[in-house]
Amino acid sequence: MAHKIGKQTVIIDGAVGVLASAAVGSKKEGEGPLSADFDIINEDSRFGEKTWEKAESKMQRLAANSALEKCGRALSEVDFVFAGDLLNQCIASGYGARGAGVPFIGLYGACSTYAEASALGAVFADGPAKLCLAVASSHFCSAERQYRFPLEYGGQRPPSAQWTATAAGAAVIAKEGNAPFIKAVTFGTVEDLGINDQNNMGAAMAPAACATLSQFFRDTYSSPEDYDLILTGDLGFVGTSLLRDLMEKEGFVLGENYNDCGLLIYDRCRQQMEAGASGCGCSAAVASGHVLPRIKSGELKNVLLVSTGALMSPTSIQQGETIPGVAHLVCYSSQKGGIF
Amino acid sequence: MPVSPNEYKKMGDSAVPPTKEWRNLCGAFLIGGAICALGQLLLNIYKCAGLGTPAASTLCSVSLIFLSAVLTALGIYDNIAKFGGGGTLVPITGFANAVVSPAMEFKTEGWVLGVGVKMFTIAGPVIVYGLSAGVVYGIIYWLLNMVLK
Repeated sequence: MAHKIGKQTVIIDGAVGVLASAAVGSKKEGEGPLSADFDIINEDSRFGEKTWEKAESKMQRLAANSALEKCGRALSEVDFVFAGDLLNQCIASGYGARGAGVPFIGLYGACSTYAEASALGAVFADGPAKLCLAVASSHFCSAERQYRFPLEYGGQRPPSAQWTATAAGAAVIAKEGNAPFIKAVTFGTVEDLGINDQNNMGAAMAPAACATLSQFFRDTYSSPEDYDLILTGDLGFVGTSLLRDLMEKEGFVLGENYNDCGLLIYDRCRQQMEAGASGCGCSAAVASGHVLPRIKSGELKNVLLVSTGALMSPTSIQQGETIPGVAHLVCYSSQKGGIF
Repeated sequence: MPVSPNEYKKMGDSAVPPTKEWRNLCGAFLIGGAICALGQLLLNIYKCAGLGTPAASTLCSVSLIFLSAVLTALGIYDNIAKFGGGGTLVPITGFANAVVSPAMEFKTEGWVLGVGVKMFTIAGPVIVYGLSAGVVYGIIYWLLNMVLK
């Protein structure tokens, strides 16, 4: 059974693993360096739907169905669905799960949602559930109209801005799973070091990533060198450099094995993405499509996914509040045995 | 946290890549200048066609607004703005783009609560404070005239 160690980490004891995962993207994601890792790329970012919100719900369903199909499981076998997105009242997830007939646990962790959903899925799978589904999505167009400007509004993006990925990822987490096994999860604290620029999310979220990652190392008595890959959610160019500095001050040096989903999904220069990508779908798609299959094949052994979310809203920004961040961690391994 | 908010602000400021000021200035100069030159050209054409200055000026503004609305609807204006920045924002065409783009975007929420409500989300403050400034200026002008007479 899952049990807590240290301050924030939950050790997953059993053979909990990801049976299959799938990633869905659209045009820009298909033009990026990870295009081959997506299960479904739809050039039409409306996915045949009338509204962007419906398109995002459809992406979630496509990702979930594709992941279930890969491992030969039916939706009716799933005990709990953990899903989240960026929209007000989490409508992409709620409408996505409408009609699925599976107990639905809607989550809001901003861009940290995929790790949050996977972590909760793993804890449940090590306890009351046999099969859980973790899903997260974001859509550039639905997010942009809610948080920023209409799509056709003409403006320039500052160099620290990040591009909300139009992507979704899903993972089928089973009690009796296979590689990648989920070994531990760390739920993060809400951190705020006073950044108030909503065009600089990377800087706003880096303290949360630092808090979660350093606490995980302390809780598990491990260090950055023990992992083949440490992957933050979407800190982008600005946030990753800040995280390196913050971690060094905490006494942990992040080496060549550190990367960020927001820097992987697009070619920042060629696709003019300024500081990189963001959105729940960013770490969901990179983890589901790019990382988990590589752990399954044995190419990667021990991997930490630290998805980061900025917990502000247009209202809090207009009221002059600073931007708090949160980061949740999932530790994957290709080996069944304990690593802690 | 290993640093204070003040220290972190300094770290954050130095981590952000600098804005390409010269590139942005050149883009704004070229595109903004081109829009203004087009306006002057239209004005001259209308005047040559026999219109008086007030009518030609009005028609010139209307033409630029129409052109901006069409380019916004075709999805071209935002691409020009990516290069032009302030050059597309400041002329009257920027104002037209700021009204047309939300009107297009929020059509899915209906004609009243979507288009009707959201149309002025960006341009609304400009209208409110532009008109208010006009009223204040008018009062000052009126008072000065009274005093100086």
